[in-house]
Amino acid sequence: MTEYMPEFEHLVPASLDEALAVLAERPDSRVCAGGTDLLVNMRRGLVEAGTLVDLGMVDALRILKQDDTGLTIGAGVTLAALLKADLDWSQLNALREALAAVAGPTHREMATVGGNLCQDTRCLYYNQSEWWRRSNDYCLKYRGETCHVAPKGNRCRAAYCGDLAPALMVLGAEVSIAGPDGARRVGIGDLFAEDGADHLKLKAGEILVAVHLPRAEGRSTYGKIRQRGAIDFPLAGVAVSCRGRDDGLWFSLAVTGTNSCPVMVEMPAPMTRDDAADVFFRDMSRRVQKAVSPQRTTTVAPHFRRLSVSALAARLARGLAGVADP
Amino acid sequence: MSRIISVTINGRSYQDLVPDNMLLIDYLRERRHLTGAKQGCDGGECGACTVLVNGAPRLSCITLASSCDGVNIETIEGQARGGHLSPLQRAFHELLGAQCGYCTPGMIMAAEALLRRNPDPDDDQIRQALAGNICRCTGYGAIIRAVHAAALMMREDLAGAEVGR
Repeated sequence: MTEYMPEFEHLVPASLDEALAVLAERPDSRVCAGGTDLLVNMRRGLVEAGTLVDLGMVDALRILKQDDTGLTIGAGVTLAALLKADLDWSQLNALREALAAVAGPTHREMATVGGNLCQDTRCLYYNQSEWWRRSNDYCLKYRGETCHVAPKGNRCRAAYCGDLAPALMVLGAEVSIAGPDGARRVGIGDLFAEDGADHLKLKAGEILVAVHLPRAEGRSTYGKIRQRGAIDFPLAGVAVSCRGRDDGLWFSLAVTGTNSCPVMVEMPAPMTRDDAADVFFRDMSRRVQKAVSPQRTTTVAPHFRRLSVSALAARLARGLAGVADP
Repeated sequence: MSRIISVTINGRSYQDLVPDNMLLIDYLRERRHLTGAKQGCDGGECGACTVLVNGAPRLSCITLASSCDGVNIETIEGQARGGHLSPLQRAFHELLGAQCGYCTPGMIMAAEALLRRNPDPDDDQIRQALAGNICRCTGYGAIIRAVHAAALMMREDLAGAEVGR
């Protein structure tokens, strides 16, 4: 069933200041970058906007700079452009794998880093047509009063499904944000909240400007569980980083697709030579299982996703540590 | 709100007044009567609406027409030249790369973008370039063979042109 795009005014500011001014003047406006998430949701009647503020012509959002201190990626850089960029990727493998895992190649030509981070949460009861949702009395995330996933709960359980966020989290990224009260910079984990209906901690009128990655140490990787080999959002995805050498290996993990925000899972102690590898990675697997909270937000059972992502995390970590699978 | 956009489509220039909320697929099909690009999923999930914008594949069902001012658009209708099918069109036809044909315009445009940047792709590169295009008839094997055959035709045409120069 074809649904029609609601009416809106499409503005294309030429600078960040101009974009911020439009957002301040028009409270009903929404920021649009590549549009691969927002335009689909608008067409399905999930997002209303009187004005669409298109950031495609704002040069300040397309910065891409790597130096001794690290890497700065403008929020408006497309995923395809970042993947093709002539960068030193040796310490950024998780980011490169996450970029390549996003949707399909045509989406990556349009989609931006900022848009991927700020994408809406997803749910079986939300990403549906207007008539489907109306037939189910809508849902807590939008226009309804009940979360059909967890009817006894008091918050929306829609899942955050961005691929880039977990990779950037294990690489220690920060994000810079511009808004009516000036600029601020926060750790990327502080951009998100565990609430499917309000998962971004951006204030009204704020725009995500850039992602800053420190010069990373060690190795990292990203893996994704999905039904098809392309296009699909993750049923679950996990990024793992590993640093250290003789005095032990420190692991950081971050998971997407299972909660309403990306979840960081820190291993409290390094893996040392005295540790039995099987015991260490079994403990890692259990920690991931406890940290995540997959719900009935997809057609795939939550229990399967919980077990799969914990097994994937341990397998990826084993690969980084050079320890063979059991 | 509406705005005037200037676009080049398959080598011809147009100026049109388009509403701000008009999608590129609707502009191409309803205003320009170029019905080759297909409306499949209407949500950017199937690739049937793929066209080239400034040489890069673009999903026209999630692109605003008003954002296309000044761009060069290529659709399946512009692929044949002088009454002759393009190498990709010919290969899809001869090697049964098209079954029901609904996904074919999007497949060919995505493959065209690939062959312009990589004249001799391997299987993996073809699979990756077409990963965003879904064929409900599931004829992927024939599609990959057709892209290989078209690549060979294009390389032979190029070699022939260089010999004749």
